Amino acid sequence: MKPEDYDLDVDVAWCPGCGNFSILRALKMALAELDIPPERLVLVSGIGQAGKLPQYLKCNYFNGLHGRSLPAAVAIKAVNPELTVIDVSGDGCMYGEGGNHFIHNIRRNPDITNIVHNNMVYGLTKGQASPTSQPGFRTPVQVHGVFEEPFNPLAVAISLGATFVARAFAGDIERTRDILVEAIRHHGYALVDIFQPCVTFNRVNTFQWFRENTYYTDHDTSDRTLAFEKSLEGYGSGKFPLGVIYRADGGATFEENLSIYSDDKTPLWKRRHDPGKLKTLLESKMML
Amino acid sequence: MKEVKDDVALVLCGEAGQGIQTVEALLIRAFSATGYHIFSSKEYMSRVRGGENSTLIRVSSGPVRAFVDRIDVLFALSPGAVDHLRERINGTLIIADESFGEEDAVGLPILEEAEKLGGRIFANVVAAGAAARLFRVEESVFDDAVRALFERKGPEILDADLRAGRKGYELGEELKEHLKVSVEPDPSVRKHVILNGTEAVGLGCIAGGCRFMSSYPMTPSSPLQIFIAENADEFDMVFEQAEDEIAAINMCLGASYAGARSLVATSGSGFALMEEAVGLAGMIETPVVIYIGQRPGPAVGLPTRTAQEDLNLALYSGPGEFARAIFAPGKLEDAPEIAAHAFNLADRYQIPVFILSDQYLADLYYNLPEPEISVEPEYHIIETDASYRRFRFTEDGISPRGIPGYGSGLVRVDSDEHDEDGFITEDLDVRRRMVEKRNLRLQMLRDDALPPEVWGDDSSAVICWGSTYWPVREAIESSDAEVTMVHFSQVYPLAPDTRELLESFDVTAVVENNYRGQFADLLKLEAGFEVDHRLNRYNGMPFSVEEIRKFIGEVFA
Ligand SMILES: Cc1ncc(C[n+]2csc(CCOP(=O)(O)OP(=O)(O)O)c2C)c(N)n1
Ligand code: SF4
Repeated sequence: MKPEDYDLDVDVAWCPGCGNFSILRALKMALAELDIPPERLVLVSGIGQAGKLPQYLKCNYFNGLHGRSLPAAVAIKAVNPELTVIDVSGDGCMYGEGGNHFIHNIRRNPDITNIVHNNMVYGLTKGQASPTSQPGFRTPVQVHGVFEEPFNPLAVAISLGATFVARAFAGDIERTRDILVEAIRHHGYALVDIFQPCVTFNRVNTFQWFRENTYYTDHDTSDRTLAFEKSLEGYGSGKFPLGVIYRADGGATFEENLSIYSDDKTPLWKRRHDPGKLKTLLESKMML
Repeated sequence: MKEVKDDVALVLCGEAGQGIQTVEALLIRAFSATGYHIFSSKEYMSRVRGGENSTLIRVSSGPVRAFVDRIDVLFALSPGAVDHLRERINGTLIIADESFGEEDAVGLPILEEAEKLGGRIFANVVAAGAAARLFRVEESVFDDAVRALFERKGPEILDADLRAGRKGYELGEELKEHLKVSVEPDPSVRKHVILNGTEAVGLGCIAGGCRFMSSYPMTPSSPLQIFIAENADEFDMVFEQAEDEIAAINMCLGASYAGARSLVATSGSGFALMEEAVGLAGMIETPVVIYIGQRPGPAVGLPTRTAQEDLNLALYSGPGEFARAIFAPGKLEDAPEIAAHAFNLADRYQIPVFILSDQYLADLYYNLPEPEISVEPEYHIIETDASYRRFRFTEDGISPRGIPGYGSGLVRVDSDEHDEDGFITEDLDVRRRMVEKRNLRLQMLRDDALPPEVWGDDSSAVICWGSTYWPVREAIESSDAEVTMVHFSQVYPLAPDTRELLESFDVTAVVENNYRGQFADLLKLEAGFEVDHRLNRYNGMPFSVEEIRKFIGEVFA
C-alpha cells in the first residue's frame, strides 16, 4: 500500500504548523509499509486534538469518550483479533482522564498499539496544563506555574511489564515512521509516546525546544533495568531519549489468554451458541 | 404442641460466616426433592463475619412465591438472632441453641454437637438436618443434598458434613413433640427447576445471544457476573473484570461495535459512573444491555439491602436526548424471556437497554415449571460494501449496522456530533436531523412495548413493577378486597394504551420500594395518569405480603 491510500478529502481542524500533521503523515507511511488495508484497520481514540486523528485517515474508527479509548480498543481486539487495532490519544486523554485504563491495559497486554501525542498541554480545551507539563509551565489556570511532578509514561509502562515502550518526536517523520512500524508489528501491547509541539498553546516546548532537549538513544533495548534508567532521563536534568526504550518478547496477549480462543480461532462476533446447551443448563437446575 | 400446615414460614438466622446460605441451599434442595413447593429469600448485613443474617424458607403444599413477615418456626443459630427478628416473632416456635439460654425457646445442643463433630462450622448442617427431619424429609434425600453441595470439597469434608446431617436428624427427632408439620408433597414439583432471580435473568442473557460481558463487582449485581463467568466457556462468551465501571461499559461498547452482543452488570453507584457511556451508546447508536441490581442509595447506601430507587437514574442517565428501553422483570417465569428480548431490542434499535433487578429478586429462589424461552436471537448486522455509511438517514431513523472487518465498507463512529459517514460535523442542520434520528425510534419502541400484565377483572387496581409482582399478587389473592393487579415489566417506554387501561379503574394505587414513588411519577409523565394512592417502603427490606394486604384492606375495602 502507499501512504496516499489512506488519504481522505476532509477538512482538517488542526492549527497550521501543529505537530499532529507529522504524526498523521508518519502513521500513514507506517501503515503503508505494513500493508494494512483500511477495512482491517480500526483506530480508536478519545477526545482532544490528537483524538481527531482517525477522522483524517481512511480506516474504521471508534472515536469514544475522553480518556476511555483503551477499554474500547481492548474489547474490539478481543471480539475480532483479525483486526489491527491502534489507539490514538493525547497526553491529557491517556495519562490524565484515562490514567486508570492506561495502567490496567498494560497489565492486560492486548495486542494493540497505543500512540500518545504528548504536547505537554491540553490543546482542545485551550491551554491548561496536562499531566506531562513541565514544572513552571504557566497557563490561565496554573497561574503560578505547574509545581507537580510530570507523569512519566515510559517509566510507568516499563515498571508494569509493557514489552514495547518507545518515544518519538513529531519533528522527525522518518524515524517516527520506523518506530511506529516496529510498534504495530510488536506482538502485545506497544506504547509510543510522541513529543508533539502544540504551536498554539505551548510556547515553551516548541519544535526547537524538543530538538535541543532530546537525543536518539542506542542502548541495549532488551535490558529492562537499563531501559528503566533511560526512561528517567530528561526529568529534572539531561535530555529525553528518543527511539525504542525497551523491547522484549511480547508473551501471551490478552486475546490469546481468553479461553474461547484456546482451540478455536473464530472471532467471537461470528459465533452462535447452541440452544441445546441452554436446555441442558436449565435442566441442571432440576432436582431429579 | 404447635401445629402448622400447608404453608409454613421457616426462618434460620445466624451470623455471617456461620453458613446460613449453606443451610438455605441444603434445605431448598431437600425440600424440593421431597416434593414441596418452596420459596426462599435472604437478608444479610454488609459484613463478612458477625452481624445477623437470616433466610426465610416457605415450605408449602402449593406454589409460594413471595416474602412474608410471618415466622412459624425460627432456628436461632446465634445469640442475637431472636432479638434481630423480634418484630416478626408472634406465635413463633423458636428453636435455639441451648447455650443461649433463650427462655421461650426449645433448646437444642446444636453448637455442642457441632463442636464434637470437629467445630462450630458444622452447626449449620446440624441445624439444616434437624429442620429437614422436622419437615419429614427422607434422610437419604437430605444426604443427597449434602453430597450435591460438598462433594467437590473432597471426601473428608463431605463425610464430616454427612455425619453432621445425621446428628441433626437425631436432634430433629426430639423436636417432633413440640411441633407437628403437615405439608403435602406435590409430585409435579419433582419436574420443576429451582432458580433464583439472578439465574433467571442470566439464562435469558445467554438465550439472547450475549457474547461479551465486562463488569466491576458490586452487590447485588455480582451474582450475575459470576453466573456469566462460570458459563462463559460453555457458551462462547468472554467475561472480563474491568478496572472500574467506566472501563466496563466502554469495553462493552467496543465489543458491541466489533459485533458481539454485550452486557454490563452493576448497581446504583456503579451505574452512576457509567452514565457518560450511556450517552455514548446513544450517540454512536451501539447496542448494549445494562443490568442494574438495585439497592438502597444514595451513594453506597445499604449495600446488601433491596430497593427500587434507580428507575430515575436509568431513565435520565447520559447527556442529551436519545432513545432507550427499560425492563423490570417481576418473576422467574418470564425473566429469561424478558432478558433475551432486551438483547434483541438493543440490537434492533441500536440503543442501550436496561434490565432493572434488585437484591430481593436477584437472591430469591423458588421452584417452578421449566420456563419457556421462545425468544431467539435476531441478528441485524449486515455485510458492508464500499458505499457504506454507518449513520445513513432512513425513514425510521435506523441505519443498517455494519461492523469493522465484515465487508469492504468502513465503519466510523464518533462521540461528537457526526454526519452520515461518522465524520465530526458542526453543521447545525445535520445536527438537527441526527437528534431526530436518535429519538425517532422511541415511537417504535413504544409500539413494541410489552403490555402490563393485568391479573383479575375488578374495578380497582394495584399497580406495581419489577420485583413486587408476587408480593402484590399474593396479597390480593389472600385478601377479601376485590382488586386487580397491573404489573409492568417494561417500565419505559410504556405501552401505548396504558392511559386507557389505567383510566378504566375506579381506584388505583402504586406499590413500590422507594420513597418518592418514581414509577407513579413516571405514569403521570408518560401516560398522563395520576394514581390515587401510593404505598412506599424504603427501609431496605422488601414488601411483605402482609404489609401489602393491610394496605389493600385500608384503601380498597
Ligand atoms: C469527560 C470529559 N471531560 C472533559 C472534557 C473536555 N476535554 C476535551 S479535550 C480535553 C483535553 C485534551 O487534552 P489532550 O488529551 O492532551 O489532547 P490535545 O487536545 O492536547 O491533543 C478535555 C479536558 C471532555 N470532552 N470529556
Ligand atoms: S491547539 Fe495545539 S495541538 Fe491542537 S491543533 Fe492547534 S497546535 Fe495542534
